[in-house]
Amino acid sequence: MNRKIVVTLLVIVCFCFQCTLFKALSMAYITPNLLIVVTSSFGFMRGKKEGLIIGFFCGFLIDIFYGDVLGFYALIYMYIGYVNGFFNKLFYDEDIKLPIVLITISDLIYGLIIYVFLFLLRSRFDFGYYFVHIILPEVVYTVVVTIVLYRIIRAINRKLESHEKRSASKFV
Amino acid sequence: MKRKARFSLPSKYLLLIVTFFCVAMIFITFTTDLATGPFKVISGYVFIPIQNGINYIGTSLTGKAEQLQNLQDLMDKNIKLQAMVDELTIENSALQQDKYELARLRELYKLDETYPSYNKVAARIIGKDPGNWFSTFTIDKGSNEGFKVDNNVIAGSGLVGIITEVGPNWSTVRAIIDDSSNVSAMILSTSDRCIITGDLKLMSQGMIQFSQLNDQDNLVNVGDKVVTSNISDKYLQGILIGYISEKTTDANNLTSSGYVTPVVDFEHLQEVLVITDLKE
Repeated sequence: MNRKIVVTLLVIVCFCFQCTLFKALSMAYITPNLLIVVTSSFGFMRGKKEGLIIGFFCGFLIDIFYGDVLGFYALIYMYIGYVNGFFNKLFYDEDIKLPIVLITISDLIYGLIIYVFLFLLRSRFDFGYYFVHIILPEVVYTVVVTIVLYRIIRAINRKLESHEKRSASKFV
Repeated sequence: MKRKARFSLPSKYLLLIVTFFCVAMIFITFTTDLATGPFKVISGYVFIPIQNGINYIGTSLTGKAEQLQNLQDLMDKNIKLQAMVDELTIENSALQQDKYELARLRELYKLDETYPSYNKVAARIIGKDPGNWFSTFTIDKGSNEGFKVDNNVIAGSGLVGIITEVGPNWSTVRAIIDDSSNVSAMILSTSDRCIITGDLKLMSQGMIQFSQLNDQDNLVNVGDKVVTSNISDKYLQGILIGYISEKTTDANNLTSSGYVTPVVDFEHLQEVLVITDLKE
């Protein structure tokens, strides 16, 4: 129960910051993708199911406010969260290399999916331009933000996990 | 040890169910306008206050910093502007004479006023599209103020975009520089019609594209004003979009295309005016 409230708050704060603060801090019209960081980190920290659910809600928020159709972004984020869940077995708490690699790949794939579905299908064929000017800068900026944001998410997750352990041990 | 017998769904089934749900939602919302209402209301009351708050803090901080920076700048500008005021006063009086003449002539011809005064409501921009691909933004007023989908949005004297979604206390605006935006426009001097298309590639240069301009006599020049056209079914007629900055003849030798510099500074946009009249 506790976890649900904390994670919901985290998603809301990240969404609002991405729409306001980071838009103001954007460099060359590029903003980092905080929601990918949240989705993907909970995916590999907590497993497929939690990644899936958090991804779904992150995407759904974008759909409600900015999407043309409801469910498109939700679908993308959900699968990213789910696939990240497969790396739960490789993940151990102290390592920062795996999270960075996974978040980089997630954001790259996210960019490619958006390009294919929302640009390529409207006959915008200049992939090179979009890759160099939109997708790559977003990945770089997201990784920079990840270095800070991931630590915060990890700290929150540790707190929650120790809290859950304590309340579980009361029943033993 | 007590264990709660809780039913837990394996994640692959959950994935399958939610995927079906999403695909169904995509189809439903693509074909109809159902099912989005409650989401818009709930999310509006959760997110809009937070974004309003962040924006309030942000603008007040940057405002303070800019105030100090710009003092010298403003003093220089003031001198320049004073000279401009003198110049414009002369021009204005000449124009006013023309205006009276025009009014008389209109009365003679019993013409309706071409540009009726529309009802406008000011709104503040509180959030932008979280991705980097499109340029849509949220404003802090919605259907409570009488906004409707397809209301035109202007800032200063130029066209900003059109409302695409409306909640009770928020609405989403698609800017004309957005990659998926198309506006039917015309050249003011010759009344030739063209299509104005936003383009992500041109966004960083602050330009938009125009195409399908039928100008065989080559009467349209760089610097001509581009306004919304009379045949558009969503945009009100005669709102200024920008000035032509480059024009080339297409390969078919019939039409021309090129670039338009919009009058609105989309990068530093903070407040907009929403025209609450719809084009009939």
